[in-house]
Amino acid sequence: MLKTTPFHVRTAPLVQGQAWRRWAGYTVPSAYELVHDREYAAIRNAAALIDVSPLYKYLISGPDSTRLLDRMVTRDVTKCRVGQVMYTPWCDSQGKVIDDGTVSRLGERLYRLTSAEPNLRWLSLNGAGMDVTIEEISERVGALALQGPLSRTILQQIAATDLANLKYFRMVETTLAGIPVAISRTGYTGDLGYEIWVDAARAVALWDALLTAGLPYGITPAGIWALDLARIEAGLVMLDVDYHSSHHALIEAQKSSPLELGLEWTVSWDKGPYNGRRALAAERARGAAWRFVGLTVDWDSLESLYAGAGLPPQLPAVAWRGSTPVYRDGHQIGYASSGCWSPLLKQYLALAHLSAPHFAVGNDVRLEVTVEHQRRQAYARVAKLPFFDPERKRA
Amino acid sequence: MKRYDAIIVGGGHNGLVTAAYLARAGRKTLVLERRPLVGGAAVTEEVFPGFKFSVYSYVVSLLRPEIIRDLDLPRHGLQILPLESTVVPLDNGDYLGSWADGDLTRRELARHSRKDAEAATLFGRLMHHMAMAVKPILAMVPPDPASLAPSDLRGMLRFAGHFRSLGAERFHALYKLMTMSSADYLDEWFEFDPLKATKSASGIIGTFLGPRSPGTAYVLLHHYMGEIDGAFRAWGFQKGGTGAISETIARAARSFGAEIRTDAAVERVLVKGGRATGVALASGEEIAAPIVVSGLDPRRTFTQLVDPGEMPGDVVEAISRFKFRGSSGKVNLALSRLPDLTCLPGAGPHLRGAISISPSLDYLERAYDDAKYGEFSRNPYMDIVIPSMIDPGMAPPGKHVMSIFVQYAPYALSGGWTDARREAFGDAVVNTLARHAPDIRSAIIGRQVLTPLDIERTTGLTEGNIFAGELALHQLFFFRPVPGWAKYRTPIKGYWQCGAGTHPGGGIMGASGRLAALEILRGSGA
Repeated sequence: MLKTTPFHVRTAPLVQGQAWRRWAGYTVPSAYELVHDREYAAIRNAAALIDVSPLYKYLISGPDSTRLLDRMVTRDVTKCRVGQVMYTPWCDSQGKVIDDGTVSRLGERLYRLTSAEPNLRWLSLNGAGMDVTIEEISERVGALALQGPLSRTILQQIAATDLANLKYFRMVETTLAGIPVAISRTGYTGDLGYEIWVDAARAVALWDALLTAGLPYGITPAGIWALDLARIEAGLVMLDVDYHSSHHALIEAQKSSPLELGLEWTVSWDKGPYNGRRALAAERARGAAWRFVGLTVDWDSLESLYAGAGLPPQLPAVAWRGSTPVYRDGHQIGYASSGCWSPLLKQYLALAHLSAPHFAVGNDVRLEVTVEHQRRQAYARVAKLPFFDPERKRA
Repeated sequence: MKRYDAIIVGGGHNGLVTAAYLARAGRKTLVLERRPLVGGAAVTEEVFPGFKFSVYSYVVSLLRPEIIRDLDLPRHGLQILPLESTVVPLDNGDYLGSWADGDLTRRELARHSRKDAEAATLFGRLMHHMAMAVKPILAMVPPDPASLAPSDLRGMLRFAGHFRSLGAERFHALYKLMTMSSADYLDEWFEFDPLKATKSASGIIGTFLGPRSPGTAYVLLHHYMGEIDGAFRAWGFQKGGTGAISETIARAARSFGAEIRTDAAVERVLVKGGRATGVALASGEEIAAPIVVSGLDPRRTFTQLVDPGEMPGDVVEAISRFKFRGSSGKVNLALSRLPDLTCLPGAGPHLRGAISISPSLDYLERAYDDAKYGEFSRNPYMDIVIPSMIDPGMAPPGKHVMSIFVQYAPYALSGGWTDARREAFGDAVVNTLARHAPDIRSAIIGRQVLTPLDIERTTGLTEGNIFAGELALHQLFFFRPVPGWAKYRTPIKGYWQCGAGTHPGGGIMGASGRLAALEILRGSGA
């Protein structure tokens, strides 16, 4: 049996179509309702409540905790203040990404690291000889993402502190309806949103409190299908979908560097030694061979391909995952790794890896589409990521 | 005197679309709106403190995807929220539901009629083909069948060729749709009366016809046209109400450089030597432009904004015959809590969708009978939605807004509309609702009742017709608004029309506004 999250007793009865997804050995709802439009709409319009407990979570404490993390990840953790959260990838010595996640500084010598995959061994290896304690708390801590324009309003109903001052990528330890929680202004939707970290024993009480407080504001439990649409609009990369951990790659070509994934902004060039620093500096000097970009598919082109078969365009309601060739001037120049119809932007979007020099924003390319069993190519344009970036995300 | 390349009279959604396209093409464009807010019949207003309503037009279904793309509307605020279901309370205490999920809907229909559940799939496919056949016409400037001009001949050939390409079977189906009543047409397919009634209701909206009136079957198609586009385009509630759509288009127009003035009522269009030269405002201000575009309905465009003496007599006569006959009203309720339906108690997912009061074809036809003889329906057809269920910003937390579209309420009420008659009409609506949701009365904390006369007075739509002129076959395509003047022009040079009284018209579609702008840009040399 797969593991269930601390919220399972509440989420399971709401899942109408037995649509579940595996995530890190857990089972979480793909969608609660038979059609997930409303769950997605809640993310962009009201507030969606998403169980993200399967994330791996580690507590790192001790005098060398800053040193350990700074050695491991690409961002400069020495600049992370108490109450700050940093999104960061971490690399092997060749500068290829192992995983990505968030580093939260809970105290002077106390951090929480989240990740998509297990990292206890990697943390221990990097902390060898350091005065540091690494503790996995994945199962002890439940996690909920409350995402959407009304998320702050809802939390404020039951929060013991004023959240108006909680800035983007900052966190606070407080209580919600009397339940001790940590709230970080983070998420995977590119919208105003928060992630809430709670002792697993109080998880159900927190769920109930949030749903009650959120009812007048349209709070809606949302599954992974809705989240996936939002994260593509937000241009956020996903492990095992858009890239593979260098620890799992069987061949070099399956590995990616932060520069290739559009994560150059997370790489510190002026901090002390860290995993992959030399390789990344060299890669930067010669220029990355690949770049992770957005594609917007030209609708007229797609419509005419389908019209050729006597059909209106047919697109899946769920985001697709899987490699789809991208062409330019008749040659394959890369591949898209996920895509979806954006209900908000009314555009067909894809996230793609394009090789140099084809990845410049504004370039015209072609994306392979299968129309009635025939492989065709639709016009697409390289777009700046994120596709959707509302002011309220940071405001 | 200020000068513009083009002036749009009326800031309804079509006028705004025209303005956006003209400005996008580099024309110095000005929109003049009489009311303090843009939108015409697509406006959101805070009728009661904290309660916002899409006062008139209340859902989006057919907004043209090319307009969404051309004007980049999502960047300017377009956000369509799902409207997923319809529930019809029945007189026997049961209900008929239609849900977002196909399996659920089939199972629900099979509960009432297994045959209908099967037929619905085939009917849906036929409607798909019919809608695909008609859809290109929405994007076509109507050719003039009586003209021998090469462009018209080409247009007619294209039109004829389009129908030939359908093949015999689909052409015959389309012919039937064009000529039959929706009740007769649906009788050929289904046996469960509430299903037929509910489907036929979409054929009578905005017309002064009943489900058994010939010609109503065609309007069924419009519903399916929304469905073809539905998954990818726009079907549902605009966040912030339909007024937010108008504001979105206005923002797009401004981003292209258009100027929009509210509280600026146009008194008349200035004409010199058979040519439009500008407009005169009610304030006395005059503004010059070689192109003046009316977004108002055909009667106002042809006979009120200009001296009818400037128009040929036969055009004035044809316009005088153009039928408006507003037949619907609107009741907007502010609710302290959600209603409880007898047939489906509790605050379930059905309250996020539409509630349709259409229990039988006879019910609808009787509702029409009242209207035929000058009365509002004692038991009206009602299409009810609660937008605050999915857009919490429309009402204070925990409270709700309910929008009730009501048919029939004839513009020409016998004895005329008075305050007392309006309230009696509102009572009939609440009484009808209370039969299915007995607790509704105690939940009402505000009630706005709008008769066709109110709609006319506020929005300017003649006789309160929500489509700026009936959507009936004799008033569509090259007959909209009158033969010979269906291509957005008028007999006055430089004076154009872009409102829903032109092809294809109706609903928050924007197609009239877009086609008008394209014709102006093509034909005016402006």
